[in-house]
Amino acid sequence: MVAAATPWIILFAPLFACTGIVLFGRKSKRFSAALAIAGMAASLGLSLLALLHSLPEHAAALESSLPWVDLPGLTLEFGFLLNRPAILMSLVVTGVGLMIFIYSAGYMAEDPGFPRYFAYLSLFAFSMLGIVLANNFVTLFMFWELVGASSYLLIGYWYEKPSAAAAGKKAFLVNRIADFGFLIGILMVWNLSGMNGEGRTLNFLQLEERIGHLVASGAVSHGLLAAIALLIFCGVLGKSAQFPLHVWLPDAMEGPTPVSALIHAATMVAAGVYLIARVFFLFWAAPEAMSWVATIGGFTALFAASLALVENDIKRVLAFSTLSQLGYMVMALGLGGYVAGIYHLTTHAFFKALLFLGAGSVIHALHTNDIWQMGGLAKKMPATTLTFFIATLALCGIFPLSGFWSKDEILTVAFQQCPILWTIGTLTTAMTAFYMGRVFCVAFLGKPRSHHAEHAHESPAVMTGPLWALTVPTVIAGFIGIPRYLHHAAETGIHVEFNPLVAGISTLAAIGGLALAYMVYARGIQPGERGRAVLARLAVPLTRKFWVDEIYGWINRNVQQRTAIILAWFERVVIIGLYVNGVAKLTGLTGSLLRTAQTGKVQTYAAILLGGLGLILVLSLR
Amino acid sequence: MTPPITIHHLIALSGVLFSIGLVGVVTRRNVLLILLSLEILLSASNLAFVAFSRSLGDLSGQIMVFFVMIVAAAEVTVGLAITVLLSRQAGKLNADELKSLKW
Amino acid sequence: MIHPLLFYAVSALIVASALGVILARHPMYAVLSLVLTLFGLSTLFICLHAFFVAAIQVVVYAGAVLVLFIFVVMLLDMAPEIVFRVRSWTMISLGTALGFLILWQIAAASLQLKAPAAHGPAADGTTAAVGRLLFTTYALPFEAASLLLLVGIIGAIVLAKKKL
Repeated sequence: MVAAATPWIILFAPLFACTGIVLFGRKSKRFSAALAIAGMAASLGLSLLALLHSLPEHAAALESSLPWVDLPGLTLEFGFLLNRPAILMSLVVTGVGLMIFIYSAGYMAEDPGFPRYFAYLSLFAFSMLGIVLANNFVTLFMFWELVGASSYLLIGYWYEKPSAAAAGKKAFLVNRIADFGFLIGILMVWNLSGMNGEGRTLNFLQLEERIGHLVASGAVSHGLLAAIALLIFCGVLGKSAQFPLHVWLPDAMEGPTPVSALIHAATMVAAGVYLIARVFFLFWAAPEAMSWVATIGGFTALFAASLALVENDIKRVLAFSTLSQLGYMVMALGLGGYVAGIYHLTTHAFFKALLFLGAGSVIHALHTNDIWQMGGLAKKMPATTLTFFIATLALCGIFPLSGFWSKDEILTVAFQQCPILWTIGTLTTAMTAFYMGRVFCVAFLGKPRSHHAEHAHESPAVMTGPLWALTVPTVIAGFIGIPRYLHHAAETGIHVEFNPLVAGISTLAAIGGLALAYMVYARGIQPGERGRAVLARLAVPLTRKFWVDEIYGWINRNVQQRTAIILAWFERVVIIGLYVNGVAKLTGLTGSLLRTAQTGKVQTYAAILLGGLGLILVLSLR
Repeated sequence: MTPPITIHHLIALSGVLFSIGLVGVVTRRNVLLILLSLEILLSASNLAFVAFSRSLGDLSGQIMVFFVMIVAAAEVTVGLAITVLLSRQAGKLNADELKSLKW
Repeated sequence: MIHPLLFYAVSALIVASALGVILARHPMYAVLSLVLTLFGLSTLFICLHAFFVAAIQVVVYAGAVLVLFIFVVMLLDMAPEIVFRVRSWTMISLGTALGFLILWQIAAASLQLKAPAAHGPAADGTTAAVGRLLFTTYALPFEAASLLLLVGIIGAIVLAKKKL
């Protein structure tokens, strides 16, 4: 039933939609939206089909590829691998994506560049699906870069706004830096794959086998494997915005809110986590690298959560929240919890997209992002409020929503493997609950704080429909057996069982955070004078985001610019002046020198002639 | 008793004459005198031809001299015509100043 | 071959007048020196039994070619003032050096010549002998030479016209 062409159709349907819009749909809004939605729906349908096909116990993964370059010493292919994680991820991408597409039709209804928007969205979907389905590093990297380009286009969608254009550029540049490390990692893997004397390959399944052999036979040093794994992790640092390359994500909120929902909540930033999962065998073979991964993940989780505590822009809070949850996922994978990481990836996609879309609904109605301009929306926008609330609870990890199960699995892995990280994780849970509670209380409860908030009304059905649609998986995704589905595929990684102690502590932390937020922001209970002063002082580094952007700016100005100036000088003077122009001048000089023999006087020529005669005589009479 | 005159003496004389003619060609400034020095060069080669013809007993050398003289005559004719033209048009016969063929 | 004394005397005359050609100030003196050189050469030719060429050297070379030179000298009215002395030392030294170089090479070459057996069959350069050779073996070059003279004549006429 599922043909070999399935991954190709899943992948290319959005691309056809994009092409269709670019060629035919530039004038008509309805046509472009319809085409884009149809493309995603087709991909979703086929993904569901693939899911059904993969459910039986013995179902094999589907791999389909085209040979691309076939030279001695270099074989590259362009192909796709539909195994269980890929199917799951593609369902997430297409499902959440479809909801967001439908939502966008309402959100962007007044925007003049509507067809362009849907073309970009479809292009993005195409690139993301490419990453999900790719079966080798080269195809993956191609789509990785394409995703970077699409996100640049989408973040800077309102390109006339300087801040939006700058944000798009920032995202692209930071990702570029990360991808440099990633590319070196890929090249090293390429080199490694041929160490046993077989032809080199970048195919994931083949690499899994070979690296297994290499590790078993001890032919490759752990240091080398760790280095490769860390270099590949560089790519993850960029795409999933881990510290220190997290700086682009908050700025990326300049894009339209559905874009933020799609790429900065559910899909693109998840690509990094997905990558680790895809090549998990590589990380599993390098325990030192895994500990780095886990540490960075844990640190990012805590770091981002702390920054979210003081944000007043609703989208930025959600952005930091995403960073924090991504940190969780990375930490999970670093600790060996392959299943836990992907599980959380899936559930996070649902409730984070829901949160963003809800925020978008509020922004659309109130025309502001500032939570202190909102308030009292519970009565005016009931659907939005309720769905937002459910999603908040899921994010905080409250039983029995999906977030509880996935976050719990991560914390259990951490509890087993590394108590320090478990502590960090639990602390982050508390902070998450606090800042989400803060946002909810300030934005939705209480009295309206501005003129717009007073006159707000619920969003149209085309926008609330997807909200309800996303609420369903947010609630039930914990019960449909995702871990079991994934365990079948994972031969590596740590398996954990439900641990009531961990679950209990994390739930307590979450409830504590929510309660505190409620008390402070809904009831207005404030700490005393001294307390407030201390908190204000503590808040300074948080509001300045620990000055990371400033540090980067300084490095850029003083290190990179200066180096560039020196190199430019070198090029101007030495390379161009000395070598290029020098050669030209030398030729000119030689010419001038030789020209002195052309006197125009007959006697000179006669003398030269006779001199030549003398020379011939000398040489021949020798 | 002075040694008999051999071919070497004649060749030596021819060489001396040739060198003198060469110096004249290279050194003199007047175009006419350059042509004149050219004649000395030709005469030197004439002498060499005749000397060898005598010593080898082959008359071809003297035939060669005959032809050299014909060529010299023709060359002088044209050369002098050019000299006359030069003096008419350029107004001077100084080889140093006649360098308009520089490029 | 030749009587040594005669040879040295004639050679001295030839060299002296050749030097006169290249060192003379007035072009008339130079031409006349060359005439003298040619007479000396003729004498040598006769001593070498090359009678025909000796004769035509006097008649054609000295008699026609050099007379032409004299015509031009007189036509252009080159007074001594117009004639410039030999000039810059670079050219003089260069020329002289070159002359010595060539001379040395010729001398070196001539030393490698083996002295032939006492002059071979007395090949006298009589008119009859030369003429016979000219009209049989060397008939083609002879005709070509006449063509050359024709070209020379036409060239001279063309060049000397006031307007073509």
